[in-house]
Amino acid sequence: MTGSIFVLGLTLTNKVMIGTAVLGGMAGVIGCFAVLRGRSLVGDMLAHSALPGVCFAFLLLNSRSLLGLSIGALISGLFAIGAVTIITHWTRTKEDAAIGIVLSTFFGAGIVLLSVIQKPSVGGNKAGLDSYLFGEPGNMLTADLYLLTIVAVIVLLIVAILFKEFKIICFDTDFAKSQGWPTLSLDLAIMTSLAVVTIVGLPIVGVILMAAMIIFPAATARFWTHQLHTMLLLAGGFGIAAGLLGTKFGQGLPTGAAIVLTAAAMFVLSILFAPRQGMIARLTAEVRLRRRMAREHLLRSLFELSESALPQLPQIPLQRLRDYRYWRSLDALLSKATEKGMVTRLGQAVQLTAVGYRHAAELTKAHRLWEMYLMQHANIASDHVDRDADDVEHLLPESLLVELEQQLASAGRLPALIAEVPVSPHQLDSDANPPKH
Amino acid sequence: MSKTAFEIHDMTVAYHRRPVLWDIDFELPEGKLVGIVGPNGAGKTTLIKAALGLVPLASGKVEIYGKSYQEQRHLVGYVPQRESVDWDFPVTVRDVVLMGTYGRLGWFRRPGRAERDIADRCLQQVGMASFAKRQIRQLSGGQQQRVFLARALAQEAQLYFLDEPFGGVDAATEVAIVELLHTLRSTGKTVLVVHHDIQTVREYFDYVILLNMRLVACGPVETTFTNENLQKTYGGRLTILDEAAEAMRQREPNR
Repeated sequence: MTGSIFVLGLTLTNKVMIGTAVLGGMAGVIGCFAVLRGRSLVGDMLAHSALPGVCFAFLLLNSRSLLGLSIGALISGLFAIGAVTIITHWTRTKEDAAIGIVLSTFFGAGIVLLSVIQKPSVGGNKAGLDSYLFGEPGNMLTADLYLLTIVAVIVLLIVAILFKEFKIICFDTDFAKSQGWPTLSLDLAIMTSLAVVTIVGLPIVGVILMAAMIIFPAATARFWTHQLHTMLLLAGGFGIAAGLLGTKFGQGLPTGAAIVLTAAAMFVLSILFAPRQGMIARLTAEVRLRRRMAREHLLRSLFELSESALPQLPQIPLQRLRDYRYWRSLDALLSKATEKGMVTRLGQAVQLTAVGYRHAAELTKAHRLWEMYLMQHANIASDHVDRDADDVEHLLPESLLVELEQQLASAGRLPALIAEVPVSPHQLDSDANPPKH
Repeated sequence: MSKTAFEIHDMTVAYHRRPVLWDIDFELPEGKLVGIVGPNGAGKTTLIKAALGLVPLASGKVEIYGKSYQEQRHLVGYVPQRESVDWDFPVTVRDVVLMGTYGRLGWFRRPGRAERDIADRCLQQVGMASFAKRQIRQLSGGQQQRVFLARALAQEAQLYFLDEPFGGVDAATEVAIVELLHTLRSTGKTVLVVHHDIQTVREYFDYVILLNMRLVACGPVETTFTNENLQKTYGGRLTILDEAAEAMRQREPNR
């Protein structure tokens, strides 16, 4: 163990933090492509099936240099990919089942080899080898840090240079192929980068948790953006953050697990708080829509109850309003509407205000236009139409209502509901010099 | 007689050794709207994919303006089926249309101002100009289809392959597509369209390819789209071909 000896002027903790951050960043970026292609399990398979390769490499080389062990891991990972391809191609086994089979077989073999190596009869410095299981960045050597950095630079360069090409094959492989892109080689470039990142990350977060480093940052980033390049940057950032925070707050705990739990926490927070796609944003939108619908129902009911007395705005007894339709919480609704200046309460009665009347008239117009449309064009029976209109009308865009109005007007089916705009009382600028665009 | 835009020679296509298209052979003149018509499983999509080199040919060859697809792919535009991609993918409408220019750009070069202008113009042509910055997941089915058409337009091709552009789209989109087809024809482009609705074939197309695992007929709509030919196309599956295909498939072990 290097303890707290300074290397590169870095304490071990700093070295570990830098190493995990570098790993998190590159895993986040390359993970985006894996997740978007629906290949996130490939990382998991590679990680697990790397174990026997690591053990063989250790037995052969008698050292635990990251480079040597990584090459071993890569080779057994490739064997695993080959095995999955053969199984899916030549038998009826589906890909997910094949991945499960190969992953566990290789992992089992790895565990057996690991226990063989632990026997005293096998020589060599075994310290740190079992870090491949659960991850132990504390064993990181300076050379390991160099290797991680070199891999990160190469992978990020590949992504930067081939961004356009990766984007098109991930979105629409057939279209890309029809344009002459070598989709197979590009796919291979993505998968190879993924494999290399996975494997250099193994001693840090361990075989079992490595897949999380690939999947979490990408899945988290997806909540915050709709642009691929932003997603890559965010995922890289989340990966770095997971590495840094996990190492910082996970002191005294298994670091790999701490990093993965940090990533998981970021994911959960994003599920909750992301704008638009987050659960809280969705719930608020839903509640807001419900409230609006309830308010619109109130105003329309008041309009309909006032209609016979128009243009006077009569006082409507609360009981009449209550009997008119079902209300979930009329009192709350009324006090909210009073607050907004739409209605006035007079003891056991309510009255639309002038402002409230205008809104109510607009809403009723939209409702009736839609009802008329449904009855005439969609052949919905008149005793069902109120409900069908209710469901949709709150969501109708303004432009559609205008269209509806025009359609019904041209069919001569529209009473004088269209608000007439009086002629302007003064000379308009637009008469003299038409606006330029 | 105008130039031949597209030609298929004795082409047979097989999936896992099971032939799905037998001995297809036809040629199409330039500047026509061509409907590819046939029942489900007739191999309409396969015909397009084979022409574009997306599935291997068991035999025969495809020629575009007299040369192989590899040499002429810059002349070809492609609209795959809408369902073939993930509409949740993190890209904007303009990003998707820009992909049409990638082939021309070649390796490493990124789309710039000129390409963005092309993309915006193509979006305008399909009536989606105001959607350029939208997320593709917010689009309706018809709008998705129009974005795909805009992407093909951005390829600035001579020969277009459209795989079921009318499938599941709204009336407005259908009108927009037909208008677009007419514009393309008037500028001398050739368009092959996989089409499901026999009712509208006469209205939309000049030429028709009737397909049912083999080529039933190919020619101008007036002379080719006859009841007799339709009967041959739709009148029951060709059991002999089916059985032969099955026999080929059975030859392979473990399947």
